[in-house]
Amino acid sequence: MSEHINKVSIIISKGSLEGVYPGLIMANGARMEGIEATLFFTFFGLDAIMKKRLKKLKVATVGNPAMHMPTMLGMLPGMSAFATSMMKKEMDKIDIPPVDEFLEMIKDAGASLYACKATVDMFKLSMDDFVPQVDAIINVGTFYELSAGAQIIFT
Amino acid sequence: MPVREIAGVHVDFDDEGFMTNPDQWTEEIAKALAEEEGISELTEGHWKVINFIRNDYKEKGQPPTIRRMNKVGGIATKDLYDWFPQGPAKKAAKIAGLGKPQGCV
Repeated sequence: MSEHINKVSIIISKGSLEGVYPGLIMANGARMEGIEATLFFTFFGLDAIMKKRLKKLKVATVGNPAMHMPTMLGMLPGMSAFATSMMKKEMDKIDIPPVDEFLEMIKDAGASLYACKATVDMFKLSMDDFVPQVDAIINVGTFYELSAGAQIIFT
Repeated sequence: MPVREIAGVHVDFDDEGFMTNPDQWTEEIAKALAEEEGISELTEGHWKVINFIRNDYKEKGQPPTIRRMNKVGGIATKDLYDWFPQGPAKKAAKIAGLGKPQGCV
């Protein structure tokens, strides 16, 4: 067998439901395998750790060919909400928690969570906007320092 | 490694060291398996986890997820990681004599 992975740094850069979950699942899965995990939220990915927004993440039904739905249909009011509720229901069936609970779980599992400083400055945010699981707001240099020896995964 | 002697009895395992027949499991086997996993002593907390996942397995036919251990079993995720370091769901299932958990969470 090839060399074991000891550490991962996962960047979450998208704010749609389907943009956020893969990174969360990978971070949690890493901890489940005894792999050290760091999560870095940047650009619209910050929505996943914002108190006011994390419960309102939606599945993108427009500009998403994998939805197998005509773009014009995806634009209809309520379409995104419908797709979102369907996906949440299916995820709950396989025990994937809602984002807020997932963040708690990942934190309790020993992962570290960081917000991107450039985005925080751009959107004029502060630690008060984030859930308590967020360790700090860090710049990209610090992200690389913390990621020494890690596999970096961009989502 | 299909059959192996552990705690004085012959037990069936799969290639990854998970027991293939939960009915062969005994507390003595659990202690021996725990030791192999680097857990020298099974505390009250460990037993709480082991008993919950064995009972849940009987009901559901698969080892519970970490979320289920928390929500249904009342086991704090932090404690679980403390008691079974380096891969709690897998390790706990192994010590409890169950197969490898197949879920992603």
